[in-house]
Amino acid sequence: MSGIIGYGAYIPRNRIKVEEIAKVWGADAPSYKKGLLLEEKAVPSPDQDTITMSVEASKNALRRAGIDPREIGAVYIGSESHPYAVKPSGTVLAEAIGATPDVHTADLEFACKAGTEGMFIALSLVQAGAIKYGLAVGADTSQGAPGDALEYSAAAGAAAFIFGREKLVAEALDTFSYTTDTPDFWRREYQYYPQHGGRFTGDPAYFKHVMGAAQGLLAKAKMKPSDFDYVVFHQPNGKFPLRVGEMLGFVRKQIDPGWLVPKLGNTYSGSSPLGLTATLDIAKPGNMILIVSYGSGAGSDGFIFRVTDRIDEVRELAPRTRDLLDRDKVYLEYGTYAKYRRKIRKAE
Amino acid sequence: MRDVAVIGLGMTKWGELWAKPLRSIFVEAALLAIEDAGLDRIDSMVVGCMSSGLFVGQEHLASLLSDYLGRNPIPAARVESACSSGGLALRQGFIEVASGMSDVVLVGGVEKMTDVTGCEATFALGTAADQEYESYHGLTFPGLYAMMAVAHMHRYGTTRDQLSMVAVKNHDNGSKNPLAQFPSKVTVEMVNQSVLVADPLRILDCSPITDGAAAVVLCPLDMAKRMKKPAVRITGSGQATDTISLSSRKDITRLESTHIAAGKALAMAGRKIEDMDLFEVHDCFTIAEIMITEALGLAAPGQGGKAVEDGVTGLRGKHPVNPSGGLKSKGHPVGATGVAQAVEVVKQLRGEAGERQVKGAKRGLTQNMGGTGGSALVHVFEAD
Repeated sequence: MSGIIGYGAYIPRNRIKVEEIAKVWGADAPSYKKGLLLEEKAVPSPDQDTITMSVEASKNALRRAGIDPREIGAVYIGSESHPYAVKPSGTVLAEAIGATPDVHTADLEFACKAGTEGMFIALSLVQAGAIKYGLAVGADTSQGAPGDALEYSAAAGAAAFIFGREKLVAEALDTFSYTTDTPDFWRREYQYYPQHGGRFTGDPAYFKHVMGAAQGLLAKAKMKPSDFDYVVFHQPNGKFPLRVGEMLGFVRKQIDPGWLVPKLGNTYSGSSPLGLTATLDIAKPGNMILIVSYGSGAGSDGFIFRVTDRIDEVRELAPRTRDLLDRDKVYLEYGTYAKYRRKIRKAE
Repeated sequence: MRDVAVIGLGMTKWGELWAKPLRSIFVEAALLAIEDAGLDRIDSMVVGCMSSGLFVGQEHLASLLSDYLGRNPIPAARVESACSSGGLALRQGFIEVASGMSDVVLVGGVEKMTDVTGCEATFALGTAADQEYESYHGLTFPGLYAMMAVAHMHRYGTTRDQLSMVAVKNHDNGSKNPLAQFPSKVTVEMVNQSVLVADPLRILDCSPITDGAAAVVLCPLDMAKRMKKPAVRITGSGQATDTISLSSRKDITRLESTHIAAGKALAMAGRKIEDMDLFEVHDCFTIAEIMITEALGLAAPGQGGKAVEDGVTGLRGKHPVNPSGGLKSKGHPVGATGVAQAVEVVKQLRGEAGERQVKGAKRGLTQNMGGTGGSALVHVFEAD
């Protein structure tokens, strides 16, 4: 059996509230808060990016896995905000954690599901016996155009998972992927901010693919929603994961532990992976967890995990996700936020 | 002039029909109308469509749609009068049959609005306002109707809750219409707290952006009497224009074109407004329905808000307005709306409206308007 042997999260300290953004744009904050179920979002500091956050999350995963990083055979970072257009993020991460040079790395991109793509590939290589351990990270410092609805949700965070065949924290019981050519969100080369298809991002995009992957995986595994203790969906806003959960027949107590978005925002490639780290933080041995990601373009990856006895041994070896979310917050004003997010053009 | 009857009705479920192109949306509704009429012939076709050019980049629509309906080489025309394009198509079809020019005329309306972004749709709809005096200065339709609402509230004391009651009533009616885009019920509180669009109008005060089509088949009454479906006559047709720009109006709380068109249609039918058993009107915004009920004479000037509050315009009220759910709940594919209103009224007069049936309805009226009332079309229908 293969599965997760270590997991780790990272969330920057900075936050900005919906009210602060709405104030600048003359927008109706209560409407956004109610319409999107968002309160605040995490913002990276000026020197933080997808690579630095991936390193932080991976170090936390290594603390829980307790392995020699040189035995990691593959390092994957899924992100839509790799700092370089040409030059890999994965090499920096592999070097920083001491996994080089006998390691395969790749940077992945698939809008918000690049993180679970890395998990899918790393797990598959471990299952195939090609590598002993595989590290997969979902990380983003996502961008929303100033004044766009996305600005209220586009946040920063990272989650890392190390896969192996022994000393499992969670067994990977099954996977399923669901993919179509559905252009609901995109950014072309040289464009600074992404564009989206408005309401088209809902039913024909998010809901169709999350439902497709979830139902396909449940059918393949011959399971039903009530067989799970917890479920994690991609969280582009507060509403979508609750609605898709209800459509599939899940209840709030299954969703809530991994539902971070009202206080975190949408961390894109880190979104459902961070929901999984938060869920593992509170899970008990034997608990069943379903996770379904979503990436625009569009596709969803689904995984079924069964938590092992080892969870109780590793849980406190690194910060819990909820603690990262709730502690030591620094609230930014829009001006500082705009500077941190490089929305202000400075002199050369 | 010959007496004209409606003998076929066609409409499909409206909504965000991402997977269907404009031509398919139209053809589905048109085929349903032809099938309902029980005919295998149409002599001519008139289609209402506001802006296929801006919404899907397609003009030369009449020939395209006749082709995909398999009816070339019949004469076909596409007519445009902003959001009253469908009503205008109905009037042109009516004139064509009444004049003896054609016997069987298919009148359709269609709009495919969701292929573009919200901004592009707002721009396309904005072309129904005065480009030099309104749109150029940044006005959009929610903004224009918001000004009308503010003026109405200021002058007559119309309340926020009364605006919401229009939405509550129409969504309640729409919940009984299986073809409605938003059949969900809403409460006054939900409307009052929904997202603000243009103060005082909130998202639930506004009709949605919709893909959809509707079609009716018209023929001379003599011919209709030999058909299987109960004949419903169009006994009155009225049309009027007004300034497109709100700034040129004498009174922005009054819909003069609707008042005049209704007077003409009722005069042609030899009826009074009180003779009508139900009304399908152009509630593009909640304030619009309030002002329309006043323009039609269902409420005194300034009393439209009170009329909805008192239940006068409810499904079981004295003057049922928008039993279909109206533009608010049923949806508003702009070019199709005027034809869909006719579909609903005829359905009601045939007694085929199911749960939302106005009991014993014998006569009904449709009111369709363009922009903020720069054009208005009113038709009177009577069960034979």
